[in-house]
Amino acid sequence: MRPLSPMIASTAKPRLSPKARLRFDRRTGRYLLLYPERGLDLNATAGEITRLCTGEHRMEDIVRHLAGTCPAVSPADIQRAVSEFLAALAARGLLQDHR
Amino acid sequence: MNTRYRPYTLIAELTYRCPLRCPYCSNPVDIARRGNEIVTATWLRVLREAEALGVVQVHLTGGEPLLRDDLERLIEGARHLDLYTNLITSGLPLTRERLSRFHALGLDSVQLSFQSSRASESDRLAGAPSFRHKLEVACWVKSLGLPLTLNVVLHRDNIAEIAEIIELAEACAADRLELANAQYVGWAFQNRSALLPTREQLEQARATAEAARVRLRGTMEVVFVTPDYYSAYPKSCMDGWGRRFIVVNPEGTALPCHLAHTLPGLRFANVTDCHLADLWHHSPGFNQFRGEEWLPDPCRTCSRRSMDFGGCRCQAFLLTGKVGATDPACTLSPDHDLIEAARQHATDLAGRPVLFAYRSGLGFSHV
Repeated sequence: MRPLSPMIASTAKPRLSPKARLRFDRRTGRYLLLYPERGLDLNATAGEITRLCTGEHRMEDIVRHLAGTCPAVSPADIQRAVSEFLAALAARGLLQDHR
Repeated sequence: MNTRYRPYTLIAELTYRCPLRCPYCSNPVDIARRGNEIVTATWLRVLREAEALGVVQVHLTGGEPLLRDDLERLIEGARHLDLYTNLITSGLPLTRERLSRFHALGLDSVQLSFQSSRASESDRLAGAPSFRHKLEVACWVKSLGLPLTLNVVLHRDNIAEIAEIIELAEACAADRLELANAQYVGWAFQNRSALLPTREQLEQARATAEAARVRLRGTMEVVFVTPDYYSAYPKSCMDGWGRRFIVVNPEGTALPCHLAHTLPGLRFANVTDCHLADLWHHSPGFNQFRGEEWLPDPCRTCSRRSMDFGGCRCQAFLLTGKVGATDPACTLSPDHDLIEAARQHATDLAGRPVLFAYRSGLGFSHV
């Protein structure tokens, strides 16, 4: 297991690192990503992506899943958005690559 | 009812007792006169009420929380509520077996303090032989797969070893390193002359920390906390009074910050008498410095008022004698000369040894 580099390959299988925990927030209906001393309040899309970071799904599968739920957005835009979001999580040490 | 604010974090100060006596301890200086600690059942209720109020993260701290023999039950209770549970500890006294129990009960992370990267200096500052044991604890934390934060309070006697401190954190495979300059309230205010670094020391340390932050990004989070005394503007202390944090102290008083009850004229209630939601929303002390109505000049019309909320109330009181004053750390404060004088004093004292007043149950003990 290694930390995920900011450049994430489409075949990478991102998984939340042990220090991060996803918690559904019943007050807002969104997900909070909690880690030591911090928390991120995720919007619906970010929550959906993060929920799939279990180490079982490849990055390209996550993109495909999201494309299915947002047909109005081009796959290229989704690809870019997912990639940027995961890179931001990786920069915080919140992701590992589970290949 | 004032329900605009939601607490996200509970700081559970389980005890003021501690085997160490760091001269910058954030506990109140009158710890010896404090009352009885609240019991397990009360803490478990506080956890439930905090979660119901919106809290998602709990810091179990002190003093030294390991001195509570009900820590296992509190960790279990917090995890049962799906709270992200962080143990803030000196590592003493702890065995690997007890830490494994914490882990099995659902502890999420450990923040371990070091006083220095050097054994003898760390033991001197802590006032007890502790460095070697802390190294062991760091190994146990990582070998159990728990995330590890190292916290080192910086001051003029250890700030020059910042590169070694970063090496120590890397050797421990820490996930996060807090290089936290002492905040000059509580015991640290008593010891300010012995602790406040010079600007030159600070700038060197900041540059070293910044290089490490960039180099270690994605592996270890490096956080450098500048002392207010060298910032142009004050910190948004606790992210603003009564906005995101609840502290419950060992006696059960619910507070916006760990020293709020040491400010004169403020009234806070106790969790043994009230539901936490009532305290958070309605206690006069929690509402005293919420919103902007209370703000003094020049904060009242300042464009930064929604960023720093007038700064730290405890610092304002300690320096000016007025609880509602602008934090003198701000360059716009009419009392900023007090900060400039303290900085000048630090420069004058550079290189000269100054004795610490160590925290003790009896008051001061100069060693």
